[in-house]
Amino acid sequence: MQTERKIRVLATKPGLDGHDRGIKVICAALRDAGMEVIYTGLRQTPEQIVAAAIQEDVDVIALSCLSGAHGYHFPRVMELLKEKGIDDVLVLGGGIIPEEDIPALKQAGIAEIFLPGTDTGDIVQFIRENVKRH
Amino acid sequence: MDDLQKLLELKAKYEAQVEKVLKKMPERKAEFVNTSGIPVDRVYTPLELKDFDYVEKLGLPGLYPFTRGVQPTAYRGRFWTMRQYAGFGTAEETNARYHFLLKSGQTGLSVAFDLPTQIGYDSDHPLAQGEVGKVGVAIDSLWDMERLFQGIPLDQVSTSMTINAPCAVILAMYLAVAEKQGVSFDKLRGTVQNDILKEYPARGTYIFGPRPSMRLITDIFAYCTEHVPQWNTISISGYHIREAGATAVQEVAFTLANGIAYVEAAIQAGLEVDKFGPRLSFFFNSHQDFFEEIAKFRAARRLWAKIMKERFGAQDPRSMMLRFHTQTAGCSLTAQQPLNNIVRTAFEALAAVLGGTQSLHTNSFDEALALPSELAVQVALRTQQVIAYETAVCDTVDPLAGSYFIEYLTDQIEARAQEYIDRIDQLGGAVAAIEKGFIQKEIADSAYRYQKEIEKGERIVVGLNKFQVEEEDRPKELLKVDPAVADRQIARLKELKATRDHTAVQQALAELKAAAEGDANLMPPILKAVKALATLGEICDTLRAVFGEYEAAAA
Repeated sequence: MQTERKIRVLATKPGLDGHDRGIKVICAALRDAGMEVIYTGLRQTPEQIVAAAIQEDVDVIALSCLSGAHGYHFPRVMELLKEKGIDDVLVLGGGIIPEEDIPALKQAGIAEIFLPGTDTGDIVQFIRENVKRH
Repeated sequence: MDDLQKLLELKAKYEAQVEKVLKKMPERKAEFVNTSGIPVDRVYTPLELKDFDYVEKLGLPGLYPFTRGVQPTAYRGRFWTMRQYAGFGTAEETNARYHFLLKSGQTGLSVAFDLPTQIGYDSDHPLAQGEVGKVGVAIDSLWDMERLFQGIPLDQVSTSMTINAPCAVILAMYLAVAEKQGVSFDKLRGTVQNDILKEYPARGTYIFGPRPSMRLITDIFAYCTEHVPQWNTISISGYHIREAGATAVQEVAFTLANGIAYVEAAIQAGLEVDKFGPRLSFFFNSHQDFFEEIAKFRAARRLWAKIMKERFGAQDPRSMMLRFHTQTAGCSLTAQQPLNNIVRTAFEALAAVLGGTQSLHTNSFDEALALPSELAVQVALRTQQVIAYETAVCDTVDPLAGSYFIEYLTDQIEARAQEYIDRIDQLGGAVAAIEKGFIQKEIADSAYRYQKEIEKGERIVVGLNKFQVEEEDRPKELLKVDPAVADRQIARLKELKATRDHTAVQQALAELKAAAEGDANLMPPILKAVKALATLGEICDTLRAVFGEYEAAAA
């Protein structure tokens, strides 16, 4: 019998934003759904996030930003992943993100952006259906 | 046969009727419980307030225990201060928004700083990338502060500043601007948030650990008591604790527990409770459960009055008065059908007014989508003006007092908050409770419970999990912060550093370092450094070198 490895998620707060209610709720929901979640806490630089993702060997990175700085931090994480030759990690974003910003973020390689009011069940389902290296 | 007997008979008759009705039509829910876990009964009568002592529990407005408010005439004299939190981009852009708000009838300013400023980084710091001017205005030096208040005489407005970890530096800049305008410090009115303890569990803009931070806070208390007597030296904030997910009871409990920690620290630093007590102020959330919120404000006032009188032996009634600012609940706003947020905000604002707030910020309907646009800010301010001028709710003081339900809820919230405060005391006080992660866990658990209630449909959010529409009509005019703000700030910093007197800066920073290593009040050396045009980042770095930085344990 083969035991299935749990999906591993790095949940993180890039930049200086301190709003962590949403990401903590998502951490709890993903854990309840049977995933393994590593939460970095606040004030992570894109460099720290990518280093943590490699070190923790995660399948998913969940970025949360409510300060309006998503346009800088999210693409920067994708850039660094590319530099390291990593293309099999599913990267998600969430927070207060104007709809018009979403196409550019997806262009940069963020798989999906979840806005306020998202059902945590939808995030669980999205991860299960789209995780690349599991 | 007395009234009680009559009432009991009547109640029995009522219960019999209820039985009959329930058989035909059951109630919407098996049990009604509010967000704080307080059961809500079908009806309230004098039976639920049997030993209610009016004089002891309520008093009268302006009199101990201040349940009915801190001023005898309340809004019959003057409405609350309408104060919209605003700031973005550069000092010039924010200054223009302030002139717009003052022209629209706003009566006080409230400064939002960007995150680098709130965490003590200049705009050219690597960690500031992407954040300059985003959630507030970027302030690097006295130059920016002068531009921020250009054309606004500081003796004629009251200014609230949401600044915590580097509060002493920003306050010093404000004082330096006043000096340049020729306004003496005793004419200045306003508030600094200066509440570090809620930053660790809820808001996140800490720099130093709790203990050196407490010293900076008590230094501000001591300095202002002597030099800036009308200034509110702290705004002990439940707002962010609530936004992070706490219940109404937790909001009151954790806020007042933090208040207790500040009072204890100040007393330990040798200050007299009646010297600084009257300058303490509070900041609460106004959330969606209408009666629970009104009761919460009243319960908080009574509880704080007792704490100051009985626990700390305050003699001056002003030390016992819980004066507070309120903001409507940002977390209650939805990105779906955003115009509904205007209605939510109006009800929340009404609850704050019926709870006797001293000042109020109403949220803009587009805040779940972006920073507020000018139109959205105007509607938000108009909401307050409609309540003040059109609803007549301000014509009598504390109009809901004596409602059996309101008084029951007020008692319940007070008692349950007191239980939490006792637990925090047992853990060694608020600082220890934060260090042990107790407050953080309580808040996170409540937040998750709330989310699950929404997802199970036990809690209805109109437009989100019921009454959804297929096609969302999004507001078109969202505020965009000009990405060139960072470049402009960085250019200005270069210019500043090229033109200021280097020796004076270095000397002022050296004096500050020496003061930080000793135990002198830090306000005078910070003021000197600010006037010498040392930057916010340089001053904070000097303090970092002495105090170290706080490292949050990842949860």
